[in-house]
Amino acid sequence: MKNKTAFIQGNEVCARAAIYAGVGFFAGYPITPSTEIAEFMARELPKRQGTFIQMEDEISSLCAVIGASLTGCKAMTATSGPGFSLMQEALGYAVMAEIPCVIVDVQRGGPSTGLPTHVMQGDVCQARWGIHGDHAIVAMTASGNQELFKITVDAFNIAETYRTPVILLLDIPSEGEIEVVERLRTAVKQGVDFHPYLPREDGRLPMSDFGGVHRYNVTGLFHDMWGFPSDDPQVVHGLLRHLADKINNNVDNIARFKEYYLDDADLVLVSYGSSARSALHLVESRRRRGEKYGLLELQTLWPFPHSIVREKCANARYVAVVEMNLGQITKEVKEAVDRPERVYLLNRIDGVYITPTDIRNMLRVIQGRGV
Amino acid sequence: MAYDDYIRKRFFPHIWCPGCGHGIVLNALTRSLDSLGFDKNEMVMVSGIGCSARISGYVDLHSMHTIHGRALAFATGIKLSRPELKLIVPMGDGDALAIGGNHFIHAARRNIDITAIVINNRIYGMTGGQYSPLSGVGVRATTAPYSNIDPAFDVVEMATAAGATFVARTTTYHVREMSKFFQKAILHKGFSVVEVLSQCPTNFGRRNKAGDAVHMMESYKNGTVVAGSADDVPGSGKIRRGVFVEKTAPEYCDEYARIIRVARKGA
Amino acid sequence: MMAKKQTKAKHVINREWCKGCGICVHFCPGNVLELDEWFKCFAARPDDCVGCRLCELRCPDFAIQVVVQSKQDQVA
Repeated sequence: MKNKTAFIQGNEVCARAAIYAGVGFFAGYPITPSTEIAEFMARELPKRQGTFIQMEDEISSLCAVIGASLTGCKAMTATSGPGFSLMQEALGYAVMAEIPCVIVDVQRGGPSTGLPTHVMQGDVCQARWGIHGDHAIVAMTASGNQELFKITVDAFNIAETYRTPVILLLDIPSEGEIEVVERLRTAVKQGVDFHPYLPREDGRLPMSDFGGVHRYNVTGLFHDMWGFPSDDPQVVHGLLRHLADKINNNVDNIARFKEYYLDDADLVLVSYGSSARSALHLVESRRRRGEKYGLLELQTLWPFPHSIVREKCANARYVAVVEMNLGQITKEVKEAVDRPERVYLLNRIDGVYITPTDIRNMLRVIQGRGV
Repeated sequence: MAYDDYIRKRFFPHIWCPGCGHGIVLNALTRSLDSLGFDKNEMVMVSGIGCSARISGYVDLHSMHTIHGRALAFATGIKLSRPELKLIVPMGDGDALAIGGNHFIHAARRNIDITAIVINNRIYGMTGGQYSPLSGVGVRATTAPYSNIDPAFDVVEMATAAGATFVARTTTYHVREMSKFFQKAILHKGFSVVEVLSQCPTNFGRRNKAGDAVHMMESYKNGTVVAGSADDVPGSGKIRRGVFVEKTAPEYCDEYARIIRVARKGA
Repeated sequence: MMAKKQTKAKHVINREWCKGCGICVHFCPGNVLELDEWFKCFAARPDDCVGCRLCELRCPDFAIQVVVQSKQDQVA
C-alpha cells in the first residue's frame, strides 16, 4: 500500500488546528500572505455554527474578536505585518481587559508594505513590544506543519488558561491526541457577587459570558476587581504586577521547545519557525560526520524562556542563533547565556529562506575556517 | 423608580460636569429601558472613549468600555456571536465620526441590529475642547482658536446614505421625544441611529458664547423644528428633529444565520 | 378636610448628587424650584407643581424624584 502524503499550506494547518481547538468566531481583513486562513474560516465556520465576518479593516477585526470572546466563544483573527501594526491598539486592550484570543501574524518582509509574498521573521520584537505600556505577552511559532497544528491548539489553550491574547508568528507560506483546554467559567451563582478581575489563588481568573447571569464592566483603563476604572495607586500597581506576573511567573509552563542532539553538543544552534528546519537539516548532516552539533528550537518566543536557553546552552562552546531578521532573538539569547560573547547571529534578511548551506557558510566564518 | 434598576448607584454622583447633556441622555435611556422591560442580562452596552463613553460604566447591564472609535466593531463581534443580545452603543461625535467614522458607516452598511446613540456636543470634551467633525465652520475650539474651517458632517444624512434602517434626531431639551426615539430604535430590527444634540457647557458653551447648560438647551428648544411640521419650512435655519428613516431591510445576523443553513446543507 | 383640586407633589432631592446646574429651575413650568445657597435645588413652591416631572426627566444627575400623589391618596 502506498503512503499518501498531502501537501497542505501552513495557513490551512493553522486554520484546521484552530477548528480542532474549538474556535467559534473569526474576524479578519484580507492580507497576503494570511488570507487563506480567512478563506478557510469563511467556508468552514458556518458549517459548524461558527461565525465568520470580514471587517472593514484590521483594527475592527481584532475589536470584533475581543467582543466575541466576551460572549464565551473562542475567537481569533489572522493577518500579516501591516495589519498586525493596526491591531496593536486592540491587542493592548485585550492584555488590559484580559480577554482570551489568538492573533495569527503570518510574517512577511517589512517595515511597511515590505515584501508581501516573501518571508521574514521581522515581527518578533513587535510581538513583544508593539503595544504601549508595560506588559507581558505570549508569542509562539512552529517550524513544520505537524508542530504548527499542536502549537496552534496550544495557543488557544494558553489564551484560555492565562486569560490573555496569544500571538502566533508564522513564517510558513507554503497528531496524536492533543488536549484542548476549555474556558474557565465562574462557579459563582446568580445573585452572588462575581468579581471578574479578582484572581484565584493560582492566579487564574474565571470568566462569565456576556449574556449570562453576571453583569460586569470591562474597560481598557486600569480597573479594580469589579472591572471599574480606578487610578488608586495601589490598584494600578497591583493590576500591572498581576498582568505581568501571570505570564512571567509561568514562563516554564508556557515555554514550548524542541531539542535535538543537545546532550553533548559543542555548537548549539538556536532557531525557530521555518529557519529551524534548515538548522535541523544542517545539524543532522554534521552529526553523520561525527561533528557535535545540536539544535534548540524555540516554539514559545515570548515570554522568552531565559532559564531554559541558559540550561540548554550551558555546555556549548558556541551558540549560533539562526533567524531571518537583524537579531531580534539573538539579543535575548545573549542575555540568557553565561558567555554572551560566544553567541553569534546567522541570518538572511533578503526575503529568501535561509538554507542549510547559508548556515554552514556563515559558521565557517565564525569558526575561522574561511569564507 | 425607573433608574434605580438600571444604574449602578454606587458610582454616583457621576463624573460629568454640572449641566452636561450626557446625564440627561443616560436619564432618558434608563427610562426607555425600563419601559421596554427587557431582561438586563440580555442587554449589552458597549462604548468607546470620551465623556460619552463613561455611560456604559453607569448602567447595570453587561458593559464594555473599549477603545476610542472602535465601540461598534467590538459590538459587532458580540452581536454576531450572540444575536439574541440587545446591543446599545453610546458614542460621542468625535468617537463616532472622526476616529470611528469608518466603523460607523460599515456597521450601517451591514444593517446589523445595533442601536447607535450619537451624543453630539460638537466638541472633544474630555480632552479639553478640541474641534470635532461635527463642530462645524465658525466654531471656536482649543485647536481652532481663530475659528474652525472644517465643515461638519450631517449625522442623519450620513447614516441614511450608509444604509442605516432607522435614523432619528432629537435634543436633550426634548426628553420625552428622546425616550420615545430610544425605544423605537432599540425595538427596530437593524442598524438604528439616534443623534442627540447635547450641551457641553464647559468646553463648547464657554468658548462659543453659547452660555451655560440652560442657555444651550434654550437654543435646542428655539433652534430646532419637528420635521414635517408646519414650522418646517426651507430656509428657516432651524435644525430638523424627528424620525427620518424607518424601513426594513435584511438584517446582518439573520443573513448570517441563512448562510449557516446553506453551508450545513452542503456539508 | 377637603382635597384640593391641584396636584399634590413631593420633590425628593438627592443633595449629594445635585450639581446645581439649574436646568430644573429654569425649565419648570410652575416656577416651583430654586437653588439654595449651596447651589442645591429645592422645592420653594411645591404647591405650584403641576406634576409634569420634566425636572426629573431633564436632571442630568438623577437628583430629583417627583412623587405625585393622586387625589385618592389625599382623601385617604
